Amino acid sequence: MNNEWPLWEIFIRGQHGMSHRHVGSLHAPDAEMAIKNARDVYTRRNEGVSIWVVEANNISASSPSDKGPLYEPSESKVYRHPTFFDIPDEVGAM
Amino acid sequence: MYAQMIKTAGTGVKSREEMTEQERAFQDKIDADIKIEPKDWMPDDYRATLIRQIGQHAHSEIVGQLPEGNWITRAPTLERKAILLAKVQDEAGHGLYLYCAAETLGVSRDEITEMLLDGRMKYSSIFNYPTLNWADIGAVGWLVDGAAIMNQVPLQRTSFGPYSRAMIRICKEESFHQRQGYDAIRKMAEGTPEQRRMAQDAMNRLWYPSLMMFGPSDKESVHSAQSMAWKIKINTNDELRQKFVDQTVPQAEYLGLSIPDPDLKWNEARGHYDYTDPDWSEFFDVIKGNGPCNVDRLAARNKAWDDGKWVRDGLLAHARKKRTRNLAAE
Repeated sequence: MNNEWPLWEIFIRGQHGMSHRHVGSLHAPDAEMAIKNARDVYTRRNEGVSIWVVEANNISASSPSDKGPLYEPSESKVYRHPTFFDIPDEVGAM
Repeated sequence: MYAQMIKTAGTGVKSREEMTEQERAFQDKIDADIKIEPKDWMPDDYRATLIRQIGQHAHSEIVGQLPEGNWITRAPTLERKAILLAKVQDEAGHGLYLYCAAETLGVSRDEITEMLLDGRMKYSSIFNYPTLNWADIGAVGWLVDGAAIMNQVPLQRTSFGPYSRAMIRICKEESFHQRQGYDAIRKMAEGTPEQRRMAQDAMNRLWYPSLMMFGPSDKESVHSAQSMAWKIKINTNDELRQKFVDQTVPQAEYLGLSIPDPDLKWNEARGHYDYTDPDWSEFFDVIKGNGPCNVDRLAARNKAWDDGKWVRDGLLAHARKKRTRNLAAE
């Protein structure tokens, strides 16, 4: 049996951060130890106020080769951005 | 440099005509400074070389804890002790960031650890030198971490995403290491005549081993071209060594310490200091395993790995048992 501790991906929310951000990964036997290790490895300088840990093999990721079909469609939809529309100066801030 | 003499896999730089279509697209991305991510296609030789380089870099961080850890219990004040503890803990963190980056290339943590333990992979030659007294701890922070920073700052721009991100994080923390070292040796250089003598003695012993950290001279670095084309090596060994010398000489002058090189002098025409190269036969000898501490360092790592086995196994067994119980209760 493989006796290597599983890999966990670590997400940290900083003091003024709006959401948890991926900061790296580490090995730990379980979630509880992963959080303890994440605290030692990734928050030694006040980097965070909250930690999420997710076992790496529970993460599904998009494939780099799907970049075209996934993201190209949004490139042609400039009207989704507010700057697409001209609002007359007289109308004021909108 | 924490990675020295990395043998680049493959047969050298290919011309565009010799490349396959996939290889051309890969090189184009690198030339356009687009990061390569773990799931992207990459040449096998790029992957193999990076595993060697990041692995050696990670091993250096971990083995590098030994010469400094040696002085934690004997630090001269509680404050110095707390600072040194924090620094050595950082090195463990740096090792972990780098191991994780290497693992994204498909090597497991245990595999890469075992390659260090049985000598298939190396760590930086500098950690095969002893830290004989407290002045050495200051000199290590100042010179060794200074040399490491010189190498790591450009590597923040390296082509492999996880390596680049690890380097960015490490560089943020590394500056503390150099400054605490300079602060510690300054205290001694400005202290009693005996402390001063110790500071100079540390400088005398660690100067050339620090210059060796950048690896052999460019004339002998046969593998550089491909690694530079792949942007996993950004500057040549001699470029970085020169930068280090130029940066360090004024810092030593401020301390009133002399650099153990009678031929060191400012060269107005070049705009750099001329200096004497280290004794390369000593360097190759240390790399081969014959440095003053090679045997001790590897023995210490092997002991830590063996002694920790019951902890690793026990915690895993506990986690598995808990998981099975939780599943049964659902």
